[in-house]
Amino acid sequence: MEQVIMNKLAYPILSTIIFLPVVGALFLLLINRSRELIIKWVALIFSTATFVLSLPLFASFDKTTYKMQFVERHEWIPAWNINYYLGVDGISVLLVLLTTLSSILCILISWDAIKIKIKEFYIAILLTCGAIAGVFCSLDFFLFYIFWEAMLIPMYLIIGVWGGPNRIYATIKFILYTLIGSVLMLVGIIYLYLYAGNTFDIPELMTKSYPYTVQLWLFWAFFAAFAVKVPMFPVHTWLPDAHTEAPTAGSVILAAILIKMGAYGFLRFSLPLFPEATKAMVPVMFTLSVIAIIYAGLVCLAQKDLKRLIAYSSVSHMGFITMGIFALNSQGIEGGILQMINHGVVTGALFMCVGIIYDRTHSRQIADHQGLSTPMPVYATFFMVFTLAAIGLPGTNGFIGEFLTILGGFTANKLVGVFAATGVIICAGYMLWLYQRLFFMKVHEKVVDLPDMDAREIIALAPLVILVFWIGVYPVPFLDFMHPTVQHLLERVNAGGMQEINIAKIILEVIR
Amino acid sequence: MNFQLPDIGPVIPEIVMTGIALILLTAELFIKNKKVLAFLSVVGVCGVASTLIVTSGITFGGMFISDGYSTFFKLIFFINAILSILISVKYIAIEKVNFGEYYSLILFSTLGMMIMASASDLIVLYLGLELMALSTYILAGFIRYDIRSNEAALKYFLLGAFSSAFLLYGISIIYGLTGTTDLKAIALYITKHGLTGNPSLLLSMLLFAVAFGFKIAAVPFHMWAPDVYEGAPTSITAFMSVGPKAAGFAALGRVFMIAFGDIQIEWTTVLIPLSILSMAVGNIVAIAQTNIKRMLAYSSIAHAGYALLGVIVANNEGLAGMMTYLMIYAFMNIGAFAVVIMLRTEGFRGEDIKDYEGLAKTHPLLAAIMLIFMFSLTGIPPTAGFIGKLYVFMSAIDAGYTWLVVVAVIFSVISAYFYLRIVMYMYMKDPKVEVSVSTSPSMNLALILTTVAVLAIGVFPSLLVDFAKAAISGF
Repeated sequence: MEQVIMNKLAYPILSTIIFLPVVGALFLLLINRSRELIIKWVALIFSTATFVLSLPLFASFDKTTYKMQFVERHEWIPAWNINYYLGVDGISVLLVLLTTLSSILCILISWDAIKIKIKEFYIAILLTCGAIAGVFCSLDFFLFYIFWEAMLIPMYLIIGVWGGPNRIYATIKFILYTLIGSVLMLVGIIYLYLYAGNTFDIPELMTKSYPYTVQLWLFWAFFAAFAVKVPMFPVHTWLPDAHTEAPTAGSVILAAILIKMGAYGFLRFSLPLFPEATKAMVPVMFTLSVIAIIYAGLVCLAQKDLKRLIAYSSVSHMGFITMGIFALNSQGIEGGILQMINHGVVTGALFMCVGIIYDRTHSRQIADHQGLSTPMPVYATFFMVFTLAAIGLPGTNGFIGEFLTILGGFTANKLVGVFAATGVIICAGYMLWLYQRLFFMKVHEKVVDLPDMDAREIIALAPLVILVFWIGVYPVPFLDFMHPTVQHLLERVNAGGMQEINIAKIILEVIR
Repeated sequence: MNFQLPDIGPVIPEIVMTGIALILLTAELFIKNKKVLAFLSVVGVCGVASTLIVTSGITFGGMFISDGYSTFFKLIFFINAILSILISVKYIAIEKVNFGEYYSLILFSTLGMMIMASASDLIVLYLGLELMALSTYILAGFIRYDIRSNEAALKYFLLGAFSSAFLLYGISIIYGLTGTTDLKAIALYITKHGLTGNPSLLLSMLLFAVAFGFKIAAVPFHMWAPDVYEGAPTSITAFMSVGPKAAGFAALGRVFMIAFGDIQIEWTTVLIPLSILSMAVGNIVAIAQTNIKRMLAYSSIAHAGYALLGVIVANNEGLAGMMTYLMIYAFMNIGAFAVVIMLRTEGFRGEDIKDYEGLAKTHPLLAAIMLIFMFSLTGIPPTAGFIGKLYVFMSAIDAGYTWLVVVAVIFSVISAYFYLRIVMYMYMKDPKVEVSVSTSPSMNLALILTTVAVLAIGVFPSLLVDFAKAAISGF
């Protein structure tokens, strides 16, 4: 096998990352539900162990090749030519690390916040993180789809059981939106499988080329799944509801890793599998991205609910990512990948910050929390860091990512770059205004006596602060992961010539 | 003219099954503890299943065939019978209908299904169908003092009799046309005399489709299903929702593929609307149900629609998909009914979906098991339900029915709404009434078997898929 580099570590690292949390969940199942503290510690130990065991991905990753690394491959369902096939490359490796990190933070931030069905909660968190890691590692479409869907079950429960007052509406909306996208992708996957001669092998599928019409249909089938997950305008409406009603840990998972699955899907599948269709659809994707950036940004200005505001800012920021990806140049794509990590770090952190005051006041209204900087100065500092990172201030990680995506967008299409840059200004507007309303107004009577952040909360947020500045000041180690993979991806995309969209021809072929 | 004893090798399972059912019927007079009867019947079915290994071939002048196809279906019937008996033991005591005939009727009904799956002659098919149906009519009305059960039995009987009449009418037309009731001979005659466009042949095929449509509860022949499923004893609802449906599919597959092989385009044109309507009506009307048995009845209609896709594909892959689907459906559906039965206690019906509110709080393990079945019925991996759907969808797309699969997946998203509503009631609401559950060792065994099967097939589908592929290879 020349295309991939097998796992050379002493243990199957990717399987460990995926299944150690599952083992942890099974282990939790055996613990008596009244032993709440033990349950929490077991969950924390398993997630920390997973993170520690995932670190060799960062250290031993070969940054000189685009090939899949740490590959594991075993026969699974021979009748359908399905393999248990895992591997990571420059696109996925950082996302896997982000996933393992997030699971620790989710457990830390939920320590006191979750008071009912504690056992089930930590089981659900561990299963979700394991399944999402599986999505990023799978190199077999069947395996990928299993993880992609399996993740829905615990996530459905996390939002629906431990969420806010309107949680049932939010969780049903979440699951129906994502399911409708996923099943259309399933049809696409099966079609691709049959078309390519009965193989689900993703690296192998990427070496083949498909007729333009097939590409176009499959592009849209996959688009259905990925666009809902990202979420792109106009299928973004589930996200504000899900984010608002989810418990803090659920919001963090959603923001940090779950919605990255959509952007990852575009990069991993849409671009290399359907290059001609991708190129033809760039104008559509640009339009949707720019609408998301500007429209969601403006909606943020009108929000009174903290979580809703950050949820809409997510939609806006994800617009930058999709714009970068479909810029189809190295700046855009690398910026897009980096921005996926950045957004995970920053928005995840912002949701954790919201969770911290929600635990204290049980309100999400901005108006209820004026003047927070007086009782909670440490908290105000943390929030400031993440606010500035979200805006994209130079020196923070947000700057690098946004700059690269806008650069990519500008190179591809000047108008798009201009519109996207407007989005940055809107973002500065709503984030700074939010900060002002939360921290600098006359102290609200509800918040006068609030205790500042405790050690656990600081430990949960500290790694994210480090990441904000590390990526912000010296992004090279992170960008180095991506170069060869992105170059290879672009070669693949640019191999075929640009094709005109000929609607009449497509319709004719369909009729036939 | 000398009389020659036919080769009884291929019919050994049926003969043994008849024997066991008769023995049980007699033993009922002497054995007062009905649990012993249940135990004996389960052991008996296992015994019959073991005879399947050695039987294959054609006998009775080509009227009866034992091949991989029939063996696979018989296994579904045995699993159906065993699981239904296991979930019945305590339930029929609670319903105060703990009579011994119950078990022998289940076995007789299963015997009828076995004959249907093995019939390569229309008369044998009819015999099996009637044996199955008559036993099930009685079982549906087994709670004699309950007016709903009586209604279910009567409705099932009347509409079942109609469907039998349709079947007979179809058989008589085909006999008039070809002069034979043997499936292969019919196909041969049709090819030889170029009858493919013959209107009476088409009429006959249509009548068969109607009759089988009744048995598999496909729309628009589904009207009986919700009322019968709701009124019948829940254990029998579980039994009926899998067994007769699978038997109907077995017969449908064999008759249409073999006898009507030449007019495949015509019968797929008939089955496609049946499939779409079943998925549409089943999934959409299920949303409005408040009684869980009725909801599962509509869900069973919808699942008939998915399984029909496999028949529409009309090749070995499609049939293997349909068989896999039905096997998986047996586990997940009976599992779901097992949970429904556990909520039935003395003086508490437990059929309203509101009764599931807060079940995760009062009975966490049971709720988790129900959650697995609900996700499996929706078709979400890593449960078995996904594998069943995937196989059928794959064969359908391979045969060029991509648009039909798109329709199917959209309806399966709609189905998520009502399946997950049960999960939502269990996990996301607080208990309003004190719900206790009735446990028994046999029930626990049934739950363990079904849960393990649903998860194991979901993660390691190879065994079942390979088995289905092997079973269909000689079709």
